[in-house]
Amino acid sequence: MEVAIIDYGAGNIRSLQFALERLGVRGYLTSDPDQIINADQVIFPGQGAAQSAMNKLKRHGLDQLIPQLKQPVLGICLGMQLLCDYTEEGDVEGLGIIQGKVKRFSNQLKVPQMGWNTVYETQTALFQNIKPDEFMYLVHSYFVPILSETIAKSTYDQPYSVAVNKDNFYGVQFHPEKSSKAGQQLLQNFFNLSK
Amino acid sequence: MLTKRIIPCLDIKDGRTVKGINFVNLIDAGDPVELARQYADQNADELVFLDISATEQKRKTLADLVLKVAAALDIPFTVGGGISSVEDVAILLQNGADKVSINSAAVKNPALINACAQQFGSQCIVVAIDAKQIEGQWKVHLVGGKVPTELDLFEWAKEVAERGAGEILFTSMDHDGTKEGFANSALAQLSAAVNIPIIASGGAGKMDHFVDTFTHGKADAALAASIFHFGEISIPELKEQLKQQQLAIRI
Repeated sequence: MEVAIIDYGAGNIRSLQFALERLGVRGYLTSDPDQIINADQVIFPGQGAAQSAMNKLKRHGLDQLIPQLKQPVLGICLGMQLLCDYTEEGDVEGLGIIQGKVKRFSNQLKVPQMGWNTVYETQTALFQNIKPDEFMYLVHSYFVPILSETIAKSTYDQPYSVAVNKDNFYGVQFHPEKSSKAGQQLLQNFFNLSK
Repeated sequence: MLTKRIIPCLDIKDGRTVKGINFVNLIDAGDPVELARQYADQNADELVFLDISATEQKRKTLADLVLKVAAALDIPFTVGGGISSVEDVAILLQNGADKVSINSAAVKNPALINACAQQFGSQCIVVAIDAKQIEGQWKVHLVGGKVPTELDLFEWAKEVAERGAGEILFTSMDHDGTKEGFANSALAQLSAAVNIPIIASGGAGKMDHFVDTFTHGKADAALAASIFHFGEISIPELKEQLKQQQLAIRI
């Protein structure tokens, strides 16, 4: 199986590549539309600011390409947030795959939320063999509210979407590549979707 | 619920761990990767690697080490020690570090914090602050606490947060090495002054000290070195005890 990791200059891709290697999966970093369309699966990583991420996607025409993909797609962190149609971060329009508005955590909280939080009310095969209230590693200042596409929740001051799914598109707010064995299981579950 | 983090800190010199490591079941106690893996297996929440070497080869050796650690580790880790430019940060992040910790360079050139936060995002920029009390005032110190500055700890903390730091690693020079507990009143004051996470460092000697720093000190994470390396406190036992004290802890 070949997994395309969308290359648009997002941070810490190396850890994700190493996580794939540990699972024996071949992942290649690419911004080439043909390679992305033909991959068995696609990972859409993300870190950093929404505005510059969307600008870079547009420069490669990837903002048009990603919503048309038919194979399983996994957005991670900012990659999940950009699946939505709008984010308060920089007042930016996302890819519009999921109808939802990404919001900033309240200033009453420590922002970014940084560390391990429990993930609950999990649904779909993406969370198979992951125990209830498992801990995942999160670093984020903006969050996706609870939507009809929510397939897992976390709570900071209030419950929010820590994972979403619509058709072949999945998104996780946490970093599976940094979430120890549970994160590895989640990546394995994602790769199993194609089998 | 977001959990409190336990963070072992490894001192690195020329790519090897230094300061006594007295750990059972280690084939090579000097190998940072092996030690890191051991801590990850014990449910450490994060790791910090502090490079204390001063050779010209430092940058390359550290980048190589970061790559090896990233390949072996599936928990987050921070790298610090002598980072002084956007380029330094870029190399470490590209090699797989999750966060970098900037200390003296941030004091000498505060705009470095803004530049790094803008380019890489606040989430990966930790500003480390070493401070001690001089005539009742907490003053920031440089070069591992050797050189005093006029900067007030709390004013500096506010400034680094405004400039885009995502987290503060506060080491009390007054408490470091004493094993008599963390600087909890200063820590609580820091937490009230800024709304980014605070890592407590300096003074850990027994398990109760961690309870105190998470409750009275309002710390989001606690860092220690020798007590973990020498097995004086085992991380699984520490986390069990913290959980029994009703703290949010990942086990």
